[in-house]
Amino acid sequence: MSEMDAYEIVKKARSSGRYTGIDFIKGIFNHFFELHGDRRYADDSAIIGGVAYLEAMPVTVIAIEKGHNARERMQRLFGAPNPEGYRKALRLMKQAEKFQRPVICFVDTSGAYCGIGAEERGQGQAIAENLCEMMTLKTPVVSVLIGEGGSGGALALSVADKVYMLENSVYSVISPEGCASILWKDSTKAPDAARCLKLTAQDALSLGIIEDIISEENMEQPDFFSGIKEMLLEDIYELNQIPTEYMLENRYQRFRAIGRTE
Amino acid sequence: MPFLEFLYKPKNELEKGGRAVAPIQADDNEPERTCPNCHKAIPLSRIWSNAYTCSCGYHFRMTARQRISFITDKDTFVEMFTEVKSGDPLEFEGYSRKLETVRSATGEEEAVICGTARIGGTLCALFVMEPNFMMGSMGSAVGERITRTFEYATEKGLPVVGYTVSGGARMQEGLVSLMQMAKTSGAVKRHSDAGLFYLTVLTDPTTGGVTASFAMEGDIILAEPGATVGFAGARVIEQTTRKTLPKGFQKSEFLLEHGFVDAISPRRYQKSLVSLLLKMHCGGEAQ
Repeated sequence: MSEMDAYEIVKKARSSGRYTGIDFIKGIFNHFFELHGDRRYADDSAIIGGVAYLEAMPVTVIAIEKGHNARERMQRLFGAPNPEGYRKALRLMKQAEKFQRPVICFVDTSGAYCGIGAEERGQGQAIAENLCEMMTLKTPVVSVLIGEGGSGGALALSVADKVYMLENSVYSVISPEGCASILWKDSTKAPDAARCLKLTAQDALSLGIIEDIISEENMEQPDFFSGIKEMLLEDIYELNQIPTEYMLENRYQRFRAIGRTE
Repeated sequence: MPFLEFLYKPKNELEKGGRAVAPIQADDNEPERTCPNCHKAIPLSRIWSNAYTCSCGYHFRMTARQRISFITDKDTFVEMFTEVKSGDPLEFEGYSRKLETVRSATGEEEAVICGTARIGGTLCALFVMEPNFMMGSMGSAVGERITRTFEYATEKGLPVVGYTVSGGARMQEGLVSLMQMAKTSGAVKRHSDAGLFYLTVLTDPTTGGVTASFAMEGDIILAEPGATVGFAGARVIEQTTRKTLPKGFQKSEFLLEHGFVDAISPRRYQKSLVSLLLKMHCGGEAQ
């Protein structure tokens, strides 16, 4: 268990040297074929989605991609999806449901894109629709937070049967900077806010929000990805054994139990 | 909109808003409030008898209790789930104290009031958010109360009417608040899949995690005139994009234009409209 300061973990989660969504797709799946567009407005480059093989099993993969170099990062809006990104993701999930493929999501965003166009095209509505539809998607869904899990923008791909976090990823309702500037009118107090927000993988695990933490110890070694692959295969095998209605009931109860105050 | 004119003829005092049986007389030293829009001072009794609006059309913010007495039929509201209260799941610095202060200042236990009531004669489940309770922010108790309201309505086959006003998820409850978005959405979906009707009325302001969950999931979405409704805060957008925001950005009229609400519902006609829509979806006959 890491006793690192919460803000140190935030910095690690954001660091540009980290594996991004594409690396996970390349490392874990075979024959990935990217599918574009939400069929309504545009193709969002912050979210990549498509079909691939997980060993011998066809799956739908959706990943938020931040990009590796400056140019790519600009083009992908630093992994901040617009509404069309969430709508593309939902289109692919519905497709997965039709063809009985499991859905695997990799989440890495500071939050949904914050801009005039995003509001005009209904950012809130797009996220809300994903939350509703994912809750009753009749196929297994597994989400892995690989870097930043920024608020509603991350949750819109994380209403899943199983949710995992990498050791140095974070999951939060608001950025520590945002929290500090609202609460204490001082964004330099972000390290304090990071501690208060309980946003590390360890915190999320003890709050019962994720299933498990994925260790980053051997991140540089090739068996890092094969370890995740094993985990996904096991989960999907297990989820496929359960009748769909029970799986959906479990998914509902998984979220229903959080914050059940008496 | 002449074809909608029939909506605007309330049949009785009740349908006008279910209040003000005898008009309240203004006296000379009555407290006044200044309208933020036309800057005129208006006596409180005039605001009350005018459905909390100014003659210029400005809609004053209402507390949840005021809204309930405004929208429901007299003496039909039964409050539920009052036992659900926020804890302090993260032991967030200063949160418990803040909760205590807000509770004593507002007299409310949480930022949403739920229950059942009749509106224009139709029985429905109702939730109304409270702007004065930490800006209607959604913590675990708000999420739990709203989820229970939907579960109750699904079980009893009732429609749900929801009034939203919120700054978004409550950051002092961190991830637990965030998860309420998924939890409430799940309950809304089950209610919807059971073939039941959900009407939302978006009031000023509805933003953040509430916009991105149950506020935008209604079968029919109404918004009050001039209400701010959006996901990201306008100031944040301005700062990140460094662009001047268009006029009327994130106002309910802007949402109507972009196709995200069904209609703007001025308060004067709101009760008759909500009554009609409920009746239409719940087997009532036209009058």
